[in-house]
Amino acid sequence: MTRFKILLAGTVAALAAATSAHAGRGTDGDAKILFWQAVSTLNPYLSGGTKEVYSSSMIIEPLARYDETGSLVPWLVTEIPTVQNGGVASDMKSITWKLKPGVKWSDGTDFTADDVVFTWQYCTAPDGGCAQKAQFEGITKVEAVDKQTVKVSFSEPKYYPYGAFVGAQQPIIQKAQFKDCVGAKAPGCTSANFGPIGTGPFVVKEFKPNDVITLTANTNFRDASKPAFASVTLKGGGDAASAARAVLETGEYDYAWNMQVEPEVLETMLKAGKGKLVNAFGTQVERININWTNPDPKLGDKRSTVEGGKHPALSDPAVRKALSMAIDRDIINEAGYGAAGKPTCNIVPAPDVYISTANDWCLKQDIAGANKLLDDAGWKKGPDGIRAKDGVKLSFLYQTSTNSVRQGTQALVKDWWNQIGVASELRNIAASVFFGGDPASPDTFQKFYADLEMYTNNFDGTDPEKYLTEWLCNKIPSPANGWQGQNMPRYCNPDYDKIVAELSKTGDLAKRAELVKKANDMLTAEGAHIPLIHRGQVSAISAKLEGVRMNAWDSELWNIADWSRKK
Amino acid sequence: MFTYTIRRLMFAVPTLLVISFVIFALLDLAPNDPLGDLPLTIPPEVREQIRAAMGLDQPFFIRYLHWMHQFFVNEPLNILEQLTGLTFGSGERMRVLSWATRSPVVDLIVQRLPQTLWVVGMAYVFGILIAIPVGVISAYRQYSIFDQIGTFITMVGYSVPTFFTGVLLIVIFSSWLQWFPSIYDTNLVVNDWSSFVAQVKQMVLPVTVLALYNASQIARFVRASMLDNLSQDYVRTARAKGVKEKAVLLVHVLRNSLIPVVTVIALGVPTIFSGAIITEQIFRVNGLGQLLITAVQGADIPLVQTLTFIFAVLIVLFNLIADVLYGILDPRIRYD
Repeated sequence: MTRFKILLAGTVAALAAATSAHAGRGTDGDAKILFWQAVSTLNPYLSGGTKEVYSSSMIIEPLARYDETGSLVPWLVTEIPTVQNGGVASDMKSITWKLKPGVKWSDGTDFTADDVVFTWQYCTAPDGGCAQKAQFEGITKVEAVDKQTVKVSFSEPKYYPYGAFVGAQQPIIQKAQFKDCVGAKAPGCTSANFGPIGTGPFVVKEFKPNDVITLTANTNFRDASKPAFASVTLKGGGDAASAARAVLETGEYDYAWNMQVEPEVLETMLKAGKGKLVNAFGTQVERININWTNPDPKLGDKRSTVEGGKHPALSDPAVRKALSMAIDRDIINEAGYGAAGKPTCNIVPAPDVYISTANDWCLKQDIAGANKLLDDAGWKKGPDGIRAKDGVKLSFLYQTSTNSVRQGTQALVKDWWNQIGVASELRNIAASVFFGGDPASPDTFQKFYADLEMYTNNFDGTDPEKYLTEWLCNKIPSPANGWQGQNMPRYCNPDYDKIVAELSKTGDLAKRAELVKKANDMLTAEGAHIPLIHRGQVSAISAKLEGVRMNAWDSELWNIADWSRKK
Repeated sequence: MFTYTIRRLMFAVPTLLVISFVIFALLDLAPNDPLGDLPLTIPPEVREQIRAAMGLDQPFFIRYLHWMHQFFVNEPLNILEQLTGLTFGSGERMRVLSWATRSPVVDLIVQRLPQTLWVVGMAYVFGILIAIPVGVISAYRQYSIFDQIGTFITMVGYSVPTFFTGVLLIVIFSSWLQWFPSIYDTNLVVNDWSSFVAQVKQMVLPVTVLALYNASQIARFVRASMLDNLSQDYVRTARAKGVKEKAVLLVHVLRNSLIPVVTVIALGVPTIFSGAIITEQIFRVNGLGQLLITAVQGADIPLVQTLTFIFAVLIVLFNLIADVLYGILDPRIRYD
């Protein structure tokens, strides 16, 4: 009997020691996450929305991810292929990924190269409406060399070959589950789209579209001690301010995504001491685009097109520069962004290698300088205080989407422009119309029936090559291409086109950085746009949550397997 | 009465068809775009393909006919199949699919109904239960302290918007006192005492907000209707006959006063189904109201079309019910 007791005590002690030394899988209960924009589906290929990409990243994973510094991390592969290790062909026309051995799907079957090939076929199938199709552009073939090796071939040399299967936008889906859901049949596969089988740390238990997702730890996850949480509840709906309150004030939730809330409101909530804010900066830049073409309604169909002619006032470089000089970016940041922004003069604001300082003159407001510039250029103030030259008045229509921060910025900018004799009429348009791109609507940002327009844009991943092609002459939106180009300012400079063409043929990273900086400097200096704020992402996390590494380059939930509850 | 009901039902069919067409046309004319919320990093060519996959590249009338066929033929057949277990034809037919979730709209509605009926329906019931006694006493003791306070509270309840009372209650009872949760858990299954308590706790705040609003509205009606009747001749006659005051009030006056109130209550029933958009958003009840507003914001046209059409059906139906009830309750009214 005593021997048995000693044995029992010993076992208990050993067990206790084991748990305290290393927290195992599913020991930390439920992690509660709040997305104030509810998640509609768990198949990011059918949605493309950030909320869908982030939420599905807990379930399905890409071959490689970006960490919080923007560097590539092998995820389902053994290493990042490079020319040095032979993973990238020396002619830059193919890349070969070696899959990690022993990775299993959550249903227990093996994860193989066939699944990767299938993912490519799924997204590129006609009539499927795959939202991530652009990531597979330029790929001629994806083939399974053997069970553990995938070779991706490009039609032309790709000097940045890490597009496909990298980052949360393009996770690998299981062939066995989706094989009957290709092309036009994709939307009909509701159960697969709502419960994809993945390799990630969590498995879908229940999905209520636009409401709540319940996930449990994946028993087949490759790291036996992870995830620490036994389950995740991701609730959706409501608004950003009340989501912040649920984490920072009432402590009901552990994590709330995308805190687009006025800085002073967040300050008061933080005083409860239940949580903190985390932020990360990606590539988003809030900018004012300058219309280089004439948006005069009298031009009819030729309005805001190259055929309609140059803008009567904004074609003057002095006017474009003066508009930028008059703005105090620090005040805009303080009023509307707080921890979620910093002033910038670049359109490529990150990663570090690409940051240019050539245009940093714009960081300091210079009303006197702007006035002088306009005086020298011959724009004389009239009796109403508005400058004019040859009958052309400096009076502009300044449009943006409806959003309280943007309207606040508009009001500030209008006041500064007033001080340099520039009048502006403010207009805001509902986001779903402004960004909707309906060719029949006159209010879209593509049509740009205004002199100036403000919004945010960014690029996926860390390489800006594709982003910089948006300012090429042939990307100008017009009725001929159904207003589909991305060159909103209608900027056109053959020298710029040359730099971008050179960039696509350059493999050396240092040289690429140099070219990117040159292109970036050219755009701001010539006044294609007025960069305002480098926008970051802000999320609220509970003081009881550990292991969050806020990431702007990939999904914010990219390392949820490492999250744990503070003991 | 019967022929009247039948005639009204027949008239409802063309009315509803016209309504469905008007809704569809309005949604089509609206400049919203289902792809407006997508990141700008998705290029225009891909957007065009997504639009085509949704069927948006087809002309207006074809899309309308598609929707009619899906809603009036395919969905009822699908329901019939599920109820009877039989299969009609191939069993494979296109259902009304939401653009945002790519799942059948009817399934979404079925999923959302319980929480809406519980929260909004309960608030309606509580509202009525509070409103009738408050209205009766206020009218009977007109200009008394009770009436003054009652009038004040109902006026406040009626005029202060729910987005204010909702947030106010959250700040007091969730942030400060921490009595009730501020977020409604739609996954909660009531199977024992503690989960029942949790369900009651999470319903308290949204139900209070909505019940206050409903009660205010109905209490005003009850009061006005009671006042009308209290000054009638038959009341004086009853009192002169020596009928007890309680019987005069509750048997004679209240019964007559409730006739218009019942109609108002019946007309309000469809609003239970349409949910409470603002309150559902604030407390994240995620019922039909939240479904509708997210669909409107995301330009999810099949979902908005189907939901609004179902609401139209309910409104037409309850209008008819109110009229019929009126005829039954008030012997002076005859439709034939």
